[in-house]
Amino acid sequence: MRQRGVDRKKAAVGELEAPPTLAADGTCLQRDDCAVQAAGLEIDTRLVERHFDDGDPAGSEDEDLGTAVRLAERRGPQAAGQCIGVLLQDVADRGAGVAPAADVQPLEYGVDLSSKRMIGHRDAIVRWRRVRRAVEVIALVKHDCETCATLAPALEAAAAAGAPVRMVSQSSEADTRAFAQRVGLSATPEVDDDLVLSERFDPDAVPAVLLLDGGVERDRVEGLHRARLEALFETAGATLPRDGLPDLKPGCASITREPEVAARIAARRARADGRIRARELRIGELEDVFEALHERGLTDGLPVVPPTPERVVAMLEHTARDPQEVVGVVPPYGGEATVEKVAINAVMAGCAGPELPIVLAAVHASCREQFALHGLIATTHPAGPLVVVSGPHALEAGMNAGGNALGQGNRANSTIGRALQLTVRNVGGGRPGVEDRAAHGQPGKVGAAFAERLEDSPFAGLAQDRGVPAEETGVTVLAAEAPRILVDQLARDPDGLCASLALALESIAHPKQRLAWDGLVVLGPEHGRIFREAGWDRARVRDELFALTTSPAGELVRGAGGSPEGVEARFVTDPEMPVAKFAAPERILLAHAGGDAGLFSMVYGSWAAGEIGSAPVSESVEPWR
Amino acid sequence: MEVVVLDPTAERDEATGRPLAAPLTGRDGARIALLDIRKPRGDVFLDELERLLRERGHEVERTAKPTFTKPAPADLRREIAERCDAVIEALAD
Repeated sequence: MRQRGVDRKKAAVGELEAPPTLAADGTCLQRDDCAVQAAGLEIDTRLVERHFDDGDPAGSEDEDLGTAVRLAERRGPQAAGQCIGVLLQDVADRGAGVAPAADVQPLEYGVDLSSKRMIGHRDAIVRWRRVRRAVEVIALVKHDCETCATLAPALEAAAAAGAPVRMVSQSSEADTRAFAQRVGLSATPEVDDDLVLSERFDPDAVPAVLLLDGGVERDRVEGLHRARLEALFETAGATLPRDGLPDLKPGCASITREPEVAARIAARRARADGRIRARELRIGELEDVFEALHERGLTDGLPVVPPTPERVVAMLEHTARDPQEVVGVVPPYGGEATVEKVAINAVMAGCAGPELPIVLAAVHASCREQFALHGLIATTHPAGPLVVVSGPHALEAGMNAGGNALGQGNRANSTIGRALQLTVRNVGGGRPGVEDRAAHGQPGKVGAAFAERLEDSPFAGLAQDRGVPAEETGVTVLAAEAPRILVDQLARDPDGLCASLALALESIAHPKQRLAWDGLVVLGPEHGRIFREAGWDRARVRDELFALTTSPAGELVRGAGGSPEGVEARFVTDPEMPVAKFAAPERILLAHAGGDAGLFSMVYGSWAAGEIGSAPVSESVEPWR
Repeated sequence: MEVVVLDPTAERDEATGRPLAAPLTGRDGARIALLDIRKPRGDVFLDELERLLRERGHEVERTAKPTFTKPAPADLRREIAERCDAVIEALAD
């Protein structure tokens, strides 16, 4: 390959006019404006190949375009061709130590440049990249690594003897200075600013000694392995002094392996890639970050976890969805909840990563038209979105379906609903007392979520009953008020238990209000067992409850029992006519959760239900994983 | 140390909100829509408003949302905007 290149070079140079001469440092002497440091340039083969493959100019101008080309071109194509020819010749002549990448054919391009492609097309010429040296050894070290301390003096000695080696420290400037003094270096190694090199080469351990050829890695040694290091230096045309070096000494973890640093790098990369695009808010050194987030109106009144880019990027690892995908348009102001924005709010809510797909599914379901989130936010009623999670992912995410499932103490239960509500607040713009006109609200509006206890439930999960495939995890969002308990410690048979549950369901909103509300019964396991052992399925329980929540019209009419509320008299033609509480049996939702002991169930009432209001929405979590 | 956090909001530009229409001060014969949000007894309030407006020489057009729980449909909003000079939206309960 190399021989072929040299032969071509000779042929090509023969076609040029007398080539300009170079000074010892590579400066082109013949043309005073051709201020090219030949030793500092090499061909970027990637760009060259792209150009010659498609015949189009490769990309936009950038600093990589060689000074040689720019300046020489002003003197006409011939001058540029001569200059480039000289540079190529120089590259070829300098032997192994400064050889261009093995697959470069410089003279071929030289001929092209001088005779065919170049005239009038500056972008159509070879691009050049300025590098410090064609071949270079970079040694990444850090200050608190004893193996680095052992190797550093030898690296410095090699550099002093002319080896093209750069020692680059992952540590701070101050730590690096102290390191240099401690190990007796005559100069302080340069610092890897922003860990750019460390990120690029991503070593597991330091010292990491890399052999670069035109910026391309050809070899590396992590840790101190003397024989391999000697071979690497030999390839670079240099020698590594071996005095005092052990044969083998394991290195230390690269600083990029520290979780905090890895997170910072991941966040930087996500920003560069466009995966995160949210505006950055800078909270000053003298501000308390928790107070600052309150003051900016971004919290629900409780402290939030500051959504740093690092935390958000780590959160986004828990979904395969594109962070810029819109999950839903959130009322009242129609803010677009991208996956990224939901992740930010999930971080703030205190979610752990595995909760994110559940939160995304809940946001998506809440933004469906039939859920009527706009009205739910704006209403004077105390309801808020309740998230019921049914399926295996609930437990993987750490949710509680057992004792105190509707209460405090479990991170996932406490934060999933909160993440949804923070998304409503921050993305949608629904703020209590402003857009949210609730007369009282209720504690569940901070966020309400629980998991279903499916292992001993009398029924399949709520979401599965409502269309989510049996093997998948589903969320059901319901516009719900606060739950109240139904105590029946004497129930032993399903009929009696239904009679008690019906009394509780009748009281939703107002016992005399009919057809406007849905109900959710969360059966405790001791109540659930009664249905399970009796072999009652969901439909039978629902039908029974529907039948039992029917009252004579005369008892429901406005004024009956001294209560002004109720059915308008004009609709009551027969006082004995039965009037159902619910519009259909399916409007009574059943779930199963709670601790082992306690003959209790919990009953939630809805907000204005059905087509005139909000309908519960069930969706699979799987698309959001 | 400065802390950088990501904006959890939709990053709406407050300055690009829709401008308010000019008020109808002192104008006779305006066509005014009364929008019933469909809450109980909202019609009682609107009936009284209609009487007062007509006494003052205004035309009144009665409109209603399908349900109080949801925003007025876009078609209804457009119709009101095209046919009327102003709208009064009635709450109730």
